[in-house]
Amino acid sequence: MWFFANRIIKRYHRGHHGPHDHHHGGGHDVETKKSGTREIKVVRRVLDANDIMAGRMRAVFAEKGVFVLNMMSSPGSGKTTTLQKTLARIMPGLRCAVIVGDICTTVDADRLALSGAPVVQINTDEFGGDCHLAAHVVEKAVADLDLDNIDLLIVENIGNLVCPAEFDIGEDKRVVVLSVTEGEDKPAKYPLMFRECDATLLNKIDLLPYLDFDMDLARTSIANIHPGMPVFEISAKTEAGFDDWIAWLEAQVKEKLKG
Amino acid sequence: MHEMGIAMQIVEIATASIPADMQCARVQRVNLKVGKLSAIVADSLRFCFDLVVKETPLEGAELVIEELPVVVRCKACENQWTVTEPVFVCPVCKSGDIDILSGLELDITSIEIEDED
Ligand SMILES: [Zn+2]
Repeated sequence: MWFFANRIIKRYHRGHHGPHDHHHGGGHDVETKKSGTREIKVVRRVLDANDIMAGRMRAVFAEKGVFVLNMMSSPGSGKTTTLQKTLARIMPGLRCAVIVGDICTTVDADRLALSGAPVVQINTDEFGGDCHLAAHVVEKAVADLDLDNIDLLIVENIGNLVCPAEFDIGEDKRVVVLSVTEGEDKPAKYPLMFRECDATLLNKIDLLPYLDFDMDLARTSIANIHPGMPVFEISAKTEAGFDDWIAWLEAQVKEKLKG
Repeated sequence: MHEMGIAMQIVEIATASIPADMQCARVQRVNLKVGKLSAIVADSLRFCFDLVVKETPLEGAELVIEELPVVVRCKACENQWTVTEPVFVCPVCKSGDIDILSGLELDITSIEIEDED
């Protein structure tokens, strides 16, 4: 089984679809079924509560002029190193802050704090060891940040290619980090993630000489799932390819801040 | 695995949907529509649901999951098709600009309650 989704449609189309709006007043249609049970029409989206909260945060971020980037990946993709090197290049030009989601450790947060950016750690252990960051968790973390002095808030989501893609956290853009050591079949196996994201970072290209990774196949696979999505080949170790990635990120942030 | 959080949401929405005059009745079934695009594993969801319904009006209720296929339409040529592979390129005109018509659902459609009379 494979999954994918289109976030734009989810936000703007899905948000309006469904007759659940008519039920908010509390009225229910009650039908009698033959089997001695009564069927009560509900028609509510299960993630409504999350999406409403994400929408509220998106409004706050817009008012405060904060661009929010949701960074996702599988474990071991080099996301934290990528983020460390990215922060080193874009600060202090952009005022950055980081929210780090981790199931139980603070290792990544400790590494990122060396950048000088404010870092808020979320351990999802408290929330049942969740595999993703949901809107209510991010909202709590945001309360510890001074949004008036932040241009770019990066949320380092939990290492997992399945679940984070399903949860809107009020972000502006989503980026997935995929390392070439993971194999070129990852996009086809996790299309939801690649469909949902606005850019892909193909990390660890310094290792390509030692691998059988087929870059053309990987790019074709990503393009089939999300035609036109930018794919940046980078090495967080050597910073190869970082110029294009940083330029893309800065352009996204500036586009929002001027508006 | 985020099925636990989703199961908790389902219980919350279903409980809130029980009419005031039926508060003591037992919910027997919760009907759910899940698009194939949702990152939901039905077996995991059922497993979590069975755990979280304990000591709620849904205890022992059955979760009925209707899976909906992925149907998309090409914005360029209006071609409409059911997607069965992770390929979002229009087979007719090769455009990647599509609308997803179905497959994103994660909706509770109804609950079924034991009739007291
Ligand atoms: Zn077409």
